[in-house]
Amino acid sequence: MKFLPLLIANLFRKKLRTSLTIGSFAVALFLFGLLVIVRGAFSQGEEIAGADRLVVINKTSMIQPLPISYRDRLLRMDGIKQVTYQNWFGGVYQDPKNFFPQFAIDVADQRAMYPEFNISEDQWKAFVEDREGAIAGKSTAEKYGWKVGDRIPIKGTIYTGAWEFNLRGIYDGTRPADDTTQFWFHYDYLDERRTFGKGDVGWYVLRVTNPDLSVRVAKTIDSEFANSPFETKTDTEKEFAASFVKQMGNIEFLILTVGGVVFFTLLLVTGNTMAIAVRERIGELAVLKALGFSNRFVLILVMVESLIVAFAGGGLGLLLAKLFSLRGDPTGGILPYFYLPPIWIVAGIGTALLVGTAGGILPAISAMRLRVVDAIRRV
Amino acid sequence: MVRVDGNGGAASLIHVRGLDKKYTRGGEEIHVLQGLNLDVDSGDFVAFMGPSGSGKTTLLNLLGGLDVPSAGTITVAGDEITHMSASKLTGWRARHVGFIFQMYNLIPVLTAFQNVELPLLLTKLSKSERKQHVETALQLVGLGDRMKHYPRQLSGGQEQRVAIARAIVSDPTFLLCDEPTGDLDRKAADEIMDLVGRLVKEYGKTVLMVTHDPAVAQQAQVTLRLEKGSLVGAPEGAAKP
Repeated sequence: MKFLPLLIANLFRKKLRTSLTIGSFAVALFLFGLLVIVRGAFSQGEEIAGADRLVVINKTSMIQPLPISYRDRLLRMDGIKQVTYQNWFGGVYQDPKNFFPQFAIDVADQRAMYPEFNISEDQWKAFVEDREGAIAGKSTAEKYGWKVGDRIPIKGTIYTGAWEFNLRGIYDGTRPADDTTQFWFHYDYLDERRTFGKGDVGWYVLRVTNPDLSVRVAKTIDSEFANSPFETKTDTEKEFAASFVKQMGNIEFLILTVGGVVFFTLLLVTGNTMAIAVRERIGELAVLKALGFSNRFVLILVMVESLIVAFAGGGLGLLLAKLFSLRGDPTGGILPYFYLPPIWIVAGIGTALLVGTAGGILPAISAMRLRVVDAIRRV
Repeated sequence: MVRVDGNGGAASLIHVRGLDKKYTRGGEEIHVLQGLNLDVDSGDFVAFMGPSGSGKTTLLNLLGGLDVPSAGTITVAGDEITHMSASKLTGWRARHVGFIFQMYNLIPVLTAFQNVELPLLLTKLSKSERKQHVETALQLVGLGDRMKHYPRQLSGGQEQRVAIARAIVSDPTFLLCDEPTGDLDRKAADEIMDLVGRLVKEYGKTVLMVTHDPAVAQQAQVTLRLEKGSLVGAPEGAAKP
C-alpha cells in the first residue's frame, strides 16, 4: 500500500495516453463481450439441449414436412419413451419486424417434453380447453405488453390469412438461457384451418429411455423410414441445434478470427505504450534503483502499471457489454438469448490481464535490466 | 583524515585500495582509474576535481555501489562492497548512501514530500514515522512550507534542496554529490553549499563531492585532483585538515 502513490502518480503522468490505452482495452473487450453474446445466442440451443431428446426432421430439408402418422410408429419403437411434434407457423404480429417464433404444438405432450418451461397449472388448463388458445414466452409477452386474456391477431405468411388467438398463459424458463420468446398454439387449430399440408407436422421431438442409446435409436428411426416418401434425419437435440447454427456459417471461427486480430493489435498497442512509458522514465527508474529499490521492484512496478491499465480498460469494456446486453436483443427477435454470462466476464478480464502481461513484460524486463550508471548519464 | 597514499588505517570509514576501472569503447580499452587508493574518515568533506573524463564520476559511482571496479577493493564501514551480489549491493545502497545529482533527479509526478519519502519506503518505518522523518528533513533544508509542491513548482535551488533532503532522510553513512551546483546560478549554488557545509559541521555527515567549480571545492575540507586515473594534489597523501 505504501507504494500506491508512486503507482498512481505514474499512471496519471500522461493522462491522455493512459486514457487512450484504457480506451483501447475497453473497445476491444466490449467487442469481445459482444462476440461472446452473439456466439452464445447462436449456440444457446446446443448449451441447453436436453441430453435425452432427439429431433426427427425430413431428410430432404427441415422445411419439408413429415406425416402425423409417424407419431404412432415412433412410439412403438424400442427405446422411445415419449413423442411430441411441432410445426413452424411464421406469422407476423402487426409489423414484419416484430419477429418471434410461433409453433403449432402437440398440446398432449408438449409440457411433459419440455419440463424446463414453467407455466401455472390453471393457465395450462385454460390453454388446453381453448382451441384458439395460445401461450407466449415471458419476454415476448413483456415486449408487446400482452396480458393473459388478450386477443392476439397474427397474419399468416405461410398459412395465409388472419389468425387470432386468445392468450391463455405465459411461460418462463427455469434457466437464464431458456428461450422465452416462443408462441405456442394448438396444432389441431392450425390443421383445421390451413388449406394445404393437412396431416403434416414440421418435426418430431422424442425422448429416449436411455440417453446412452440415443445414437442407436436415431439410426433405427432413420432406417425404419428409409426408402419411404418421407425419409427422416434424426439427431440428438444438441446436434440438431449445432447443425442449425452451422447453416449460418462458422460463427466460432469468425469470432476467433476477429477476436484474435483485435487482441493481437491490442497487444502491440499496449507493448508500444508501455515501452514508451518506460523509455521516457529511464532516468527516474535509474534514480529509484540508485536509492535502493531492487530490480525486481522496478519490474513489478512496470508490470503492475500495465496490468492496472488492462484491468481498468477490460473491466470498462465488459461492463459496457453487460449493460448493452441488459437492454435485450437489438435484432428484434433473431437473437432471443442475448446474454453475457458471468463466466465470460471473468474470462474477458483474464484475457485482458494476459494481454496486459504480454504487453508489459518486455518493457518491464528492460526496466529491470537497466544499468543505473548508463541511465543516469542519459538524463 | 583523508589519505591517498594507501597508508590509511583499516579503521577509516571508506577504505579504497588498488582501484582499477577499465572501459572498452569502440574496440579501444580506456583505463579510467588506475590503482587508486583513498581513505576517508567519518565526518570528512572531500571534493574531487579534475578535467572532463578524468574519472571523477566513475569514482563516485564505484564508491556508491552503482558500478563495479575492474580490480581493487572498496570497504565502507567494514563492508567490502566490491564482491557483493547485485541484490545485496542494492540493499547496502539503501542503508549507507545518499545521492545528490547535478540534475536533482526528482520524480516529477511526486510532491516534494513524496520524493523525500521514497528512500523510507524501503524501511520498516510506519506511515507516521515516515511523515515525521520527511518533515524533519524538509525543514532542515528550509522547505518545510513546500512539502506539497511538485518539482515543476520549485526553483532549481529548491529542487536541489529537496534532493538533499531525500539523500539525508534515511540518515545514510555518507553522501555522494555529483556536481550538486552544476545546474545552479551562483546565489543558489552558495545556498546549497552552505547547506552541505552545515550537514558536515552540525550533523557530522561524511560528504564526497565531484565538482568543476573551484569556489565550490573550497567549501570542502579536502580537495583531491584526479589525473591519469589517480588521485593527486595532497602532499604526503593528506589534504587540508
